[in-house]
Amino acid sequence: MAERIFYAMYDDDDVLKDGAKHLVSKGVKVSEVFSPFPIHGIDPIIGIKNTRLGIMAFIYGLTGLLLATIGMRYFMVVDWPMNIGGKPNFTYMDNILAFIPITFEFTVLCAAHGMAITYMLRNRTLPGIPAQNPDPRTTDDRFVMEIRLSENTKFSADDLQGMLKETGIVELDQKELK
Amino acid sequence: MHKEAAIREPLILGHKSFHDVTEDVCRPIEDKAPKMWYVLFGIAAIIGLYGVGCILYLLGTGVGVWGLNKTIGWAWDITNFVWWVGIGHAGTLISAVLLLFRQKWRMAINRSAEAMTIFAVFMAGLFPLIHMGRLWLGYWVLPLPNQFGSLWVNFNSPLLWDVFAISTYLSVSLVFWYIGLIPDFATIRDRAKKPIAKKMYSILSFGWSGRAKHWNRFELVSLVLAGLATPLVFSVHSIVSFDFATSVIPGWHTTIFPPYFVAGAVFSGFAMVQTLMLVMRKAMGLEAYIHTKHVEYMNIVIMVTGSIVGTAYITELFISWYSGVEYEAYAFINRATGPYWWAYASMMTCNVVSPQLMWFKKLRTSLIFTFIISIVVNIGMWFERYVIIVTSLHRDYLPSSWSMHYPSHIDIGVYVGTIGLFFVFFLLFARFFPVLALNEVKTILKSSGESYKNAPDTHHGHSDNENNNEH
Repeated sequence: MAERIFYAMYDDDDVLKDGAKHLVSKGVKVSEVFSPFPIHGIDPIIGIKNTRLGIMAFIYGLTGLLLATIGMRYFMVVDWPMNIGGKPNFTYMDNILAFIPITFEFTVLCAAHGMAITYMLRNRTLPGIPAQNPDPRTTDDRFVMEIRLSENTKFSADDLQGMLKETGIVELDQKELK
Repeated sequence: MHKEAAIREPLILGHKSFHDVTEDVCRPIEDKAPKMWYVLFGIAAIIGLYGVGCILYLLGTGVGVWGLNKTIGWAWDITNFVWWVGIGHAGTLISAVLLLFRQKWRMAINRSAEAMTIFAVFMAGLFPLIHMGRLWLGYWVLPLPNQFGSLWVNFNSPLLWDVFAISTYLSVSLVFWYIGLIPDFATIRDRAKKPIAKKMYSILSFGWSGRAKHWNRFELVSLVLAGLATPLVFSVHSIVSFDFATSVIPGWHTTIFPPYFVAGAVFSGFAMVQTLMLVMRKAMGLEAYIHTKHVEYMNIVIMVTGSIVGTAYITELFISWYSGVEYEAYAFINRATGPYWWAYASMMTCNVVSPQLMWFKKLRTSLIFTFIISIVVNIGMWFERYVIIVTSLHRDYLPSSWSMHYPSHIDIGVYVGTIGLFFVFFLLFARFFPVLALNEVKTILKSSGESYKNAPDTHHGHSDNENNNEH
């Protein structure tokens, strides 16, 4: 079946949000929303789950914490117990206070960069990747809702078009995919 | 959409639409640079190049070309380092701490404040590196396996903590800044007409398309990065203060240093933000976004942190007497009445007296007064570090080795050069990067924009009707 994609354009984020709510209540699946800035409250309406990147940041942070602890224990206690003022580092616990600053910094370093890299990879936003927004105005002042016919098999193309027109759109664009 | 109390002053003046925000921020980037930009850039580049020349001379000859002697082993180098790191504290404070506190006024200033932070930390990082003398061995500060056997860096040393703190701070600030820049680069990319600009901005924008899921991630990543950067801001300058506080030099050996340094850093950082922002808003026509209210908020931060710094100075003085340690007491008497009394006096006037003037609403809402005070504060904060470092060292336990510090022309050249380089970076940023987080500003337009705030509510039918209870 030929795929047909509707791009409904709005000039206000609240109008789009109300429109999406209206369409979803009728059983239409909204596959994507493109906007110049985050529209608060759109995610649950169009069925986007909250991101789990926060959990990843925590795991990366724990990794950093562990690496810093293992590293410093090896450098300062096992491999070469440094003797400062006649007080060598016999155990890690003896000197733990002196190790806290670097443990903290390294934890933050790993959590922040780990999360940032994961964010880039999951978004597939990397240098050299072409932009995929359907209209250049969606990074300025326009908001576009994408609806695919293949995801809304119980409606005809005309039904969808009619319903979209009721939601206060300013433009409607269609794309046929073979 | 959240509606704000009408009594709260709008953050965006005039009748701006979403498109106007884009226009106002992108126009200076797309238009030809004004002649003034070239003039300023030329001056900054010449000063910066002179600084680079001084650094190269220093590297070729040795650290002996600085005005140090065997009594005063640390002077301008570390003063400049701490000064620049301090300045580099405002950006992340604005973007991280104020994000956690949901302060909407940060949106207009966070981008350029963060840029300033990053460039200031670059300049700060230069000083420890060139202080090593052999710059190319700089990697020895990292815990790397090496050919000398089990030789590791000392993890008990605050100097090594600094290595970790500064590099973490710099790289995390850079990532935080860039993640916010990506959607704005996408805006410029989609507007660009010239092929080279289009190509450049499409590489810089990483193919950002503004999908709902991406925005969801974006907001969480910003929040978590803010949460991570907040303790980082406080830890970095605490660790810088440990360089002194963990030593046994009277005048340095003080437990008050970490909070006092952090407050001082925020104080000087905000002053630098004011200096830059007051010029930038005028030059780039951004008066509608960064206006008196923003300046006033920043002045209040300057007043509060300045008062903390003032309290710390006085506490320090009191404790030096109350401790009963005569060496400690002498260090402070010598600071105030010894040969460096003028440095101490300028520090006291610039940092203790000047922020108190901000109690007057007339003064803290005056742009010219703010500009003058912001420069005064930066001078004062430089003297603070100079006083702490040099006056604590120059009269040690052995009167025969008492000495004075006179900066050499290389000392001065390197310092002035870093100011030049800093402005080279900042001017390039202002020319090619969106200086306002334009897409973030759009999110507050409806709640804090002047035209929306005072207009009757024309939107209807959203379920979260917080605005109902206002009518």
